[in-house]
Amino acid sequence: MADNISGLNNFHLDVLREIGNIGAGNAATALAKLLDKRIEMRVPQIRIMRFSEVSDVLGGAETPVIGILLQLQGDISGSMMFILDYPSSRMLVNILMGKPLETDLEYDEMTCSVLTEIGNILAGSYLSALSNLTNLMIIPDVPALAIDMAGAILSVPAIEFGKTSDTVLYIENVFTDGCDSVIGDLFLVPDDLSYGKLLEALGVV
Amino acid sequence: MAEIIKVGMAELKVSQHPSILTTLGLGSCIGIALYDRIKKNIGMAHIMLPSSSIATASSNRAKFADTGIHDLIEEMRRCGSDIRSIVAKIAGGAQMFAFATQNESMKIGQRNAEATRAILADFRIPIIAEDTGGNYGRTIELSSEDGSLKVKTIGFGIKYL
Repeated sequence: MADNISGLNNFHLDVLREIGNIGAGNAATALAKLLDKRIEMRVPQIRIMRFSEVSDVLGGAETPVIGILLQLQGDISGSMMFILDYPSSRMLVNILMGKPLETDLEYDEMTCSVLTEIGNILAGSYLSALSNLTNLMIIPDVPALAIDMAGAILSVPAIEFGKTSDTVLYIENVFTDGCDSVIGDLFLVPDDLSYGKLLEALGVV
Repeated sequence: MAEIIKVGMAELKVSQHPSILTTLGLGSCIGIALYDRIKKNIGMAHIMLPSSSIATASSNRAKFADTGIHDLIEEMRRCGSDIRSIVAKIAGGAQMFAFATQNESMKIGQRNAEATRAILADFRIPIIAEDTGGNYGRTIELSSEDGSLKVKTIGFGIKYL
């Protein structure tokens, strides 16, 4: 099996994209129920990048974002990350706390805890769909939150990749509110050996 | 206005006076800024991991502290710098996420900083200033004018090293 990225062909990429579709579809349903709001998602993207390109995802390395990271264990390893910007974090927290949408948000413990839980629910529903599909056991760790530059946050899963590879593979899903306003980006970052396992589990070798 | 040259993750670059080298959004990675006090050459590397001992043959050398610093110094020499006139400033090595379960891979920032200090010491290049650790990202800018290193953060202000 191709255990490095250059060995992936278009068919493999289609399968990985489909994994993103199924996982994120489940996550979008969960988010829609949670918010009682219409949630749409864009066609998943498989991003295969050199490290020097990583920080430019999400509109620039210095863009301030909120990142919720879960590390994955079990049959596959890697991480899952939900990234959102200030305006959408304000919208999500205000909806969940039953406040008017334009209420200013303080990034205190309560807010961070709400955002972490949203990340947890999204990742959990994504991963359970993925787990059902592949019959692989995937256990997410307790989520952690950071508010900082996009480049610094995206570098965390990239470093894990760096141990075995010179490129990094992100399966990216963008959620929108149906009016083309982005709510957040969900990234599945299986490590170098794990996307091979995902493909194998689906009978694509 | 001096030209601003961007150094991406796992890249290294050297330039001559007048110029500015910058690397954006350092998290656990380390930005290594070298300054030749005589010729005013500057060099910058953005390393991700401490040691190339885990590398495969074809690996990008600039992503590791040991091979990255070695190659950065070589590049400075090719531009006419004498290693004895080079000084270093380093920044980065944060731990972006605090996890309940502390495993080794989460302390990568700290290990990157330790490796960087040890390797610079091996080359007898003094670290005259550093801003490492913490839990926040940094953007750095090195000026060939005076070797000053500007460190920008979100929420922790701007400082000059």
